[in-house]
Amino acid sequence: MAKAAAKGLSFYYGDFRALKNLDLVVHENRVTALIGPSGCGKSTFLRCFNRMHDLYPGNRYEGEIRLYPDDTNLLAPGVDPIEVRMRLSMVFQKPNPFPKSVFENVAYGLRVRGERSRRALADKIEAALHGAALWDEVKDRLHEPAFNLSGGQQQRLCIARALATDPEILLFDEPTSALDPIATASIEELITELKKHVTILIVTHNMQQAARVSDYTAYMYLGELIEFGVTDELFIKPKNKQTEDYITGRFG
Amino acid sequence: MGSTEHTSKQFETDLDTTRTRVLQMGGLVEAQILAAIEAFATGEAKLADQVIENDARVNGYEVAIDGACNHIVVKRQPAASDLRLIMAIAKIVTDIERIGDEAKKVARMSKRLHEHGPQHAQRFSAIRHTAQIAVKMLRQALDAFARLDAASAAGVLKEDSEIDHEFRGAVRQLVTYMMEDPRTISPALDILWVAKAIERMGDHSKNIAEQVIYIVRGTDVRHTSFADIEREMGAQ
Repeated sequence: MAKAAAKGLSFYYGDFRALKNLDLVVHENRVTALIGPSGCGKSTFLRCFNRMHDLYPGNRYEGEIRLYPDDTNLLAPGVDPIEVRMRLSMVFQKPNPFPKSVFENVAYGLRVRGERSRRALADKIEAALHGAALWDEVKDRLHEPAFNLSGGQQQRLCIARALATDPEILLFDEPTSALDPIATASIEELITELKKHVTILIVTHNMQQAARVSDYTAYMYLGELIEFGVTDELFIKPKNKQTEDYITGRFG
Repeated sequence: MGSTEHTSKQFETDLDTTRTRVLQMGGLVEAQILAAIEAFATGEAKLADQVIENDARVNGYEVAIDGACNHIVVKRQPAASDLRLIMAIAKIVTDIERIGDEAKKVARMSKRLHEHGPQHAQRFSAIRHTAQIAVKMLRQALDAFARLDAASAAGVLKEDSEIDHEFRGAVRQLVTYMMEDPRTISPALDILWVAKAIERMGDHSKNIAEQVIYIVRGTDVRHTSFADIEREMGAQ
């Protein structure tokens, strides 16, 4: 079932057309990976989903991104980007906790949302930390600065922060590229666990990671969607020659 | 397999080297079959011994190529056509090695048969014909592998039924032979083993051809009827 769909989506950085008329369905409770060489537009595409491009002047969207089941066009001018970001949370390449305590990091989005009850906050924070498989490691350090955590823990804290507002879609922008293999494995394990409750869209440069964690893969090149398909099929028998060349390392 | 080369020259070289070794191994096994059949027809014990001895070289190829495949998987995590090629090579070398074993079996039987007297093998020329089909199948399968030609590989599958037909004919003829003269039972059974070994060679070449289709088309045609395979080959 579709959780979101880009329809005829183009995106412009000023005059530069970074995305060209994309159509892509994001399936509910599945992991969709976006792969492609640097500059292909995969991160630009991901950022359209939570309207991050609105932060800079001169950026322009064309087409739409529909979010289901309510069929909201996330890009419609009347839609509040802050509301959009509550429903679609982003986790970035480098762990970027706020210079606050572990507790306050996760509480942040909830407070923005107007949550005042201490009890409710504590419950939701614990649930989010459990969700990010971090609770056992930080339950006795909730009020320590987040920067005291290891890199992998910080990234899971960012996932917990993203989960706290109960988003429907999690957007991951190369979430493990700054982590060691063990921390990477735990994040990948977590992604597989999280998809039971949320829909995941992940940008990765690591093709093996795409093959491991995703159900669907989209290959992008020069702002276009070249091929979209079931991950296993795309990695064993891609339909498109460009996809084949990229995943077999014949690109360049 | 793509028209462009891998960015990594070393990867390109590793794949090429492995492919070449498969063909060398296939060439060696082809020579083994021919020598074994020659030994069967002429009773030349030296030739038979040589086939038996050479089998160790065939086995050596198998181990080395398997090792090279592991090496490529570990170092390159191949995908798409590269993945299919490596997976297929690992299976193809097993089949080539088995064909080598069958050739060795033929060489051994030939020695034993000629201890009974040379007339038996000579009277059984149909075996030679079957063996020629087996060699042709192997050659065509290897050729299809070298050129990544799925249509030619499909041709090999067709020929396997011919070899099966020849084998059944040989069995019928041997049964007649044994009924006519019970003294020939012992050599006839040896000939039956030779015929069976050749029939198995055909099966292994068929397996190789199926793997070639998998490499090229990405379709697993094992345990599929020939009609379905032809349909698949038609649908590009």
